[in-house]
Amino acid sequence: MTESMIQPNDNGLVKGQELIRVEGLHKSFGKLHVLKGIDEVIHQGEVVSVIGPSGSGKSTFLRCLNLLETPEEGKIFFEGVQINAKGVNVDIHRRKMGMVFQQFNVFPHLSVLDNVTLAPVMTKKMSKEEANETAMGLLKRIGLADKANVFPRTLSGGQKQRLAIVRALAMSPDVMLFDEPTSALDPEMVGEVLDVIRTLVKGGMTTVLVTHEMGFARAVSNRILFMDGGVIEESGTPEQIFGDPQSPRTREFLSKVLF
Amino acid sequence: MRVIKLIAAAWPQFLQGTWVTVYTSLITVFLGLIFGSLVCLMRMNKSKILRAISTVYVEVIRGTPILLQLWIFFLLPAQLGLVLDKYFCALFALVVNSTAYVSELIRSGIQSIDVGQTEAARSLGLTSGQTMIKIVLPQAIRNILPAIGNEFIMMIKETSLLSTFMIGDIMTVRATVGAAYFLPFQALIIAGIIYFVLTFSMSKLLGLLERRMRQDD
Repeated sequence: MTESMIQPNDNGLVKGQELIRVEGLHKSFGKLHVLKGIDEVIHQGEVVSVIGPSGSGKSTFLRCLNLLETPEEGKIFFEGVQINAKGVNVDIHRRKMGMVFQQFNVFPHLSVLDNVTLAPVMTKKMSKEEANETAMGLLKRIGLADKANVFPRTLSGGQKQRLAIVRALAMSPDVMLFDEPTSALDPEMVGEVLDVIRTLVKGGMTTVLVTHEMGFARAVSNRILFMDGGVIEESGTPEQIFGDPQSPRTREFLSKVLF
Repeated sequence: MRVIKLIAAAWPQFLQGTWVTVYTSLITVFLGLIFGSLVCLMRMNKSKILRAISTVYVEVIRGTPILLQLWIFFLLPAQLGLVLDKYFCALFALVVNSTAYVSELIRSGIQSIDVGQTEAARSLGLTSGQTMIKIVLPQAIRNILPAIGNEFIMMIKETSLLSTFMIGDIMTVRATVGAAYFLPFQALIIAGIIYFVLTFSMSKLLGLLERRMRQDD
């Protein structure tokens, strides 16, 4: 298997084309108003990192993009379709949006290989043979081919998260959503997971990454969104945000997390 | 030893009684699992009416003694002008009882699965039905298997209530044989030994199974 296995498939999308559009997004949990009006556009090929203090709504914003959270107000468009409109089958669209979670969420009752092949086979995207071949290629890329037939219980945290990444990639998504992918890892395992994400991003995968890894966000992103209090407080290139932040709240946050 | 004398004289009857107890328990738990899954689906359904019906059913069954339920289903057919086989009535009552308990077991099993599992499956584009069948239920059933085994052990003991209606289980045999040979106490001891051997070996078997399953988890 070649490098291209871990890169986005040729999906006919043009780089720079609008991929995700969010308009007037509001989300509350009971009385807690988490997202207070978000407008944002993610373009094909972009790598966008979302940073900000805890409770600022970063994860909720990301989880709204594939409707794991249903917003009360606002519109979410993916590849031109409003996916939160009534009567839209969101399952079909989710198949093109890979997601990686903080807690890995690998399936403990399935072997490593079956974790990767489950979705392509269940959604009739691939035959069992085809899915096995694709999965083995992906596992080889992340150095887990020899673990194909073991259960995830025996894997380290870093290995589980790499497995979770290729599980999402097996569906050949058009965009990858990462929700603090390294926050639950032991420090010595952060690097191996970031390496996989870096390879992916370099291959041109459109990526939205919620993270506390400022150095990594700065290095790989085209654009940084700084969120605070349920709104996007500031948005710009990594050089702008980290080098010359305009908002006082961005400055305050960065002064606390950058030494 | 009069116990041994009684065993020598009446072992075919005790064996027959043991068989009745075991297969009644097995059928009850098996049907309880099937109907319990359905009741569980009702309890977790969006429809308020289905939820209300199933909740009332589970609460009433769990809040009343099984002996009373047996009597109800024993006398009910006559009230409705029906003539039904008494074994069928008893089995029906046991299944109605077990279904309520098993449905709660399954519900707790499903709720014990981390919501992240569902989110991961849905984010891959699986439907809610596929997620339930492929991701949640296999893990839930694995988690509650010991409890289902316990339900079987409980049922072995609870079928002793069938002797109230002379259904032919171990306790029924104990009563008839004890009276026929004028050895009621010795008959009780034999029945006790049979129950203990059944439940003890069952729980040992369960422990073994549990350990095996934890290994390949």
